[in-house]
Amino acid sequence: MIDKTHLSAELLAENFADLHPAFSRDEAVTDASRCLFCYDAPCTRACPTGIDVPRFIRQILHDNPAGAAETILDENIFGGSCARACPTEVLCEGACVDQTLLKSPVQIGRLQRYGTDFAAEHGLRFFEPGADTGKSVAVIGSGPAGLSCANSLRRLGHAVTVFEARDILGGLNTLGISAYKITTEFSLSEIQPILDMGVEVRLGQRIDEEGLSRLRSEYEAVFLAVGLGATARLGIPGEDIEGVVESLDFIFQSHTGPLSECRVGQNVVVLGAGNTAIDVATQAARLGAKKVTIAYRRTDKEMSAFAYEYDLAKADGVEFRWLVQPVEFIEENGALTGVKMSRVRAVGEGRSARLEQVERSEFIIPCDMAIKALGQTPVLDFTRGIEGMRSEDGQLIMDPDTRESGIAGLFLGGDCTHKGAEIVDAVQDGKVAASGIDTFLRKDS
Amino acid sequence: MTNNTKKPNLKSNLAGIRSPNPFWLASAPPTNSAYQVSRAFEAGWGGAVWKTLGHEPIVNVSSRYGGLNYDGRKLMGLNNIELITDRTLETNLKEIRQVKRDFPDHAVIVSLMVESTREAWHDIVKRTEDTGCDGLELNFGCPHGMSERGMGAAVGQVPEYTEMVTAWVKEVAQTPVLVKLTPNVTDITHMGRAAVAGGADGVSLINTINSIIGVDLDTLSPLPSVAGKGSHGGYCGPAVKPIALNMVQKLASDPGFGIPISGIGGIQAWQDTIEFMLLGAGNVQVCTAVMHYGFRIVEHLISGLENWMMGKNFCQLDDFIGHTVSSVGDWNELDLSYKVVAEIDQSKCIHCGLCFIACEDGAHQSISQTRIAEDDYPSIGSAAAVTLSAGKTFIAGAGDGYLNKYEIKEDTCVGCNLCSLVCPADGCITMVERESSIPSMNWSQYQDRLAKGEMEPIPPPEHL
Ligand SMILES: Cc1cc2nc3c(=O)[nH]c(=O)nc-3n(C[C@H](O)[C@H](O)[C@H](O)COP(=O)(O)OP(=O)(O)OC[C@H]3O[C@@H](n4cnc5c(N)ncnc54)[C@H](O)[C@@H]3O)c2cc1C
Ligand SMILES: Cc1cc2nc3c(=O)[nH]c(=O)nc-3n(C[C@H](O)[C@H](O)[C@H](O)COP(=O)(O)O)c2cc1C
Ligand code: SF4
Ligand code: SF4
Ligand code: SF4
Repeated sequence: MIDKTHLSAELLAENFADLHPAFSRDEAVTDASRCLFCYDAPCTRACPTGIDVPRFIRQILHDNPAGAAETILDENIFGGSCARACPTEVLCEGACVDQTLLKSPVQIGRLQRYGTDFAAEHGLRFFEPGADTGKSVAVIGSGPAGLSCANSLRRLGHAVTVFEARDILGGLNTLGISAYKITTEFSLSEIQPILDMGVEVRLGQRIDEEGLSRLRSEYEAVFLAVGLGATARLGIPGEDIEGVVESLDFIFQSHTGPLSECRVGQNVVVLGAGNTAIDVATQAARLGAKKVTIAYRRTDKEMSAFAYEYDLAKADGVEFRWLVQPVEFIEENGALTGVKMSRVRAVGEGRSARLEQVERSEFIIPCDMAIKALGQTPVLDFTRGIEGMRSEDGQLIMDPDTRESGIAGLFLGGDCTHKGAEIVDAVQDGKVAASGIDTFLRKDS
Repeated sequence: MTNNTKKPNLKSNLAGIRSPNPFWLASAPPTNSAYQVSRAFEAGWGGAVWKTLGHEPIVNVSSRYGGLNYDGRKLMGLNNIELITDRTLETNLKEIRQVKRDFPDHAVIVSLMVESTREAWHDIVKRTEDTGCDGLELNFGCPHGMSERGMGAAVGQVPEYTEMVTAWVKEVAQTPVLVKLTPNVTDITHMGRAAVAGGADGVSLINTINSIIGVDLDTLSPLPSVAGKGSHGGYCGPAVKPIALNMVQKLASDPGFGIPISGIGGIQAWQDTIEFMLLGAGNVQVCTAVMHYGFRIVEHLISGLENWMMGKNFCQLDDFIGHTVSSVGDWNELDLSYKVVAEIDQSKCIHCGLCFIACEDGAHQSISQTRIAEDDYPSIGSAAAVTLSAGKTFIAGAGDGYLNKYEIKEDTCVGCNLCSLVCPADGCITMVERESSIPSMNWSQYQDRLAKGEMEPIPPPEHL
């Protein structure tokens, strides 16, 4: 069994403190005064949920944080989570014209947090359930996609029941985002106002094929937002050795128990170089691993992690090994001692380049913990049997404008419809699905 | 900049009052005491107008100032309900004498305000001049507190009183006499001429403007709040500069005026100083900027002025004082055929859309907005910042797959300047001259030609 972290509670608290601390009023107003109040603002267009960014920033500038919170939450009920965890660099802040003018964007994410924190601290509620339509909808999965949809449906007056396999709400938003971005407590507190809209919740209910058809007959519409499943298997020898763990389990432990209970190796190898791999490596370093190495088949030019995530890992002392591929996990007395790697060479350019194993190039990276972070697999075994459901490349297909699947009354959204997107995309899917469902239900009557 | 490295001569002479440079402190809290004025001279100020003296010290209220902020910046404007000096006449006179002895080359001018009798004025003038000061400034401008007592603006708003009191002072004064004018009048030239008629050697303007700075939205009481009540205060600071410039130029261009002007009102940067002087001020006085940042700002005022003068090959202040006065005239004299249109340098545009919405909603609907697919963005010639992340590019100014390209519709642009004023990118929108379709003429000539049937009326601009 891998040991628990040896770091003190104080050090852990420090290592897992907010990556971007909350703005003070002075900081918020000073940064807000930098916003030019653009017309047809690029930041708003770059936000998947279309938050009216210049409007909420001006509300902060003019001492109306409650108004700012309403502007944000009106488009994105997970505005507080997004403020903390959105890859703003490639979304709103990447589009901010101050990038050109001042070589640094308005800190939209932190301003958004300032607004949403104000509402949370003052217990403000902005939305009310719509007039009862007499229709009821089942939502499967309580991640940001499912709950965003539930919230919008309640605003439209439809009854909503959420079915969640786990015994905690929020999906990856609660369990999967590094704790220095979103804490468990924060995630749950952000969900409360949605529940207060009159959403019914059934925890511990994993819906299967049969359950789905039952729900489809009991409810007038169903929104399926079950996210993705476990990390893909590597299919190499030794994958079941103790010490070989999967990325989600490694992250989850920081949300399901206190940080001091988290288990981490002394010498950790992370396989993969997406955002999840970076989160895992950073978390391992912050839990006290002496050495953390990310091993990736390609190079930093092809990795799918965002530049700022890469910088974060480098700043945390994570080392990178490029153009290497795991061949076998090595054990001694039942415990992991290393990963045997082989060098590869790329034939061609970019992410589509073909990789060739270099002969007799094997070597061992010693480690007592290896974390697989290769992207999640779809969990749609149970939907395969459903007639009319179409999928492509492991992802379900639907109409992007309504999110209706090929099957009448069954709507889809969130990670299960696109591999590895962000919270903000899931929220938008939920919103779009809610209006698709609304149209469907009203047409029906 | 030119090759001229010789520092210009900043020596100033206003109505016979000499100072090492044209920067004086206005009569206000920064000139309350010998301690402050000495610090100011050490910092580099050329002169100081002592905080207004009266025969008896007044009593001030607590809570005296209010500030006007603008979107995150403090003190665009400052308002006060303070009165003249709160120290005894004896203390002030002793300290003035001391400062004058310690700084013989700096200008010490003393501001005065007493009740409106000949005796009172004669007495204070004589006692003040006995300190060795370089000049007097008659405060006919304070808009609050004192006028209720028949002093300050109560005198400055009535030309006859201004002339009368000035004349009393001139009967005994040995040093130059400046009259400080209030802006709270409908036509400043009447007051300027009254000062001239009374024999003034110069004027100072502007004093503060009648104002209420604001209301506290929690307590609903006016600001600054004195136990829940407020009063009409005097307004100053950067926001008042245009009003002051207007009045200075009006006097400077008035043929019935013709005496030196000390310019005051909102000066905080070297550029402000020069604008005042180009429009006719012989020197300048500063209050709010010093109250905000301290005496040290004078170093920056001096170096900015010197560098500008060197760049323009001016060797002394007289080379440019009043230069722009005659360029300001009646609207009727402006050339109707002069035509400019806006021009956008696409390589500098940051795609904020501010020009578009300003022209669309606030002007003449003469800017077009065209969506350019993000991938085609190099075709605009835009220099928008690009971020590389996760093997992809992200363009500042783009979103939802497109960038907006903004272009001027030259055929309808009226050349109002608005877009160039709102554009945040330096040098991005410029106003460029275009050949006019009408002959050179001003309004009066136009009216003439119309009457004689020599031309058709100029067609009104097109609107959507
Ligand atoms: C390690 C990691 C780090 C991430 N970091 C970020 C980040 O920093 N910023 C960011 O924006 N995004 C991040 N993401 C992505 C983000 O978490 C997801 O895009 C988002 O949570 C997707 O929301 P969702 O509602 O579609 O799915 P999920 O959040 O996965 O929620 C799906 C829910 O459905 C439930 N469920 C599954 N099957 C069933 C069933 N059969 N019956 C009932 N319930 C079921 C699950 O238990 C879960 O609660 C990260 C993802 C990972 C894995
Ligand atoms: C708090 C305060 C007190 C002032 N007191 C006087 C005064 O006693 N006598 C006077 O002539 N002007 C007084 N003024 C006006 C200033 O001298 C000056 O004319 C005015 O503030 C405009 O200049 P500024 O914009 O640089 O502040 C006072 C101004 C302020 C802010
Ligand atoms: S792009 Fe930047 S400057 Fe423009 S509105 Fe958005 S945050 Fe403000
Ligand atoms: S100068 Fe005036 S009319 Fe012309 S484009 Fe600019 S804002 Fe519009
Ligand atoms: S205001 Fe200037 S920077 Fe902004 S869109 Fe117009 S031209 Fe471009």
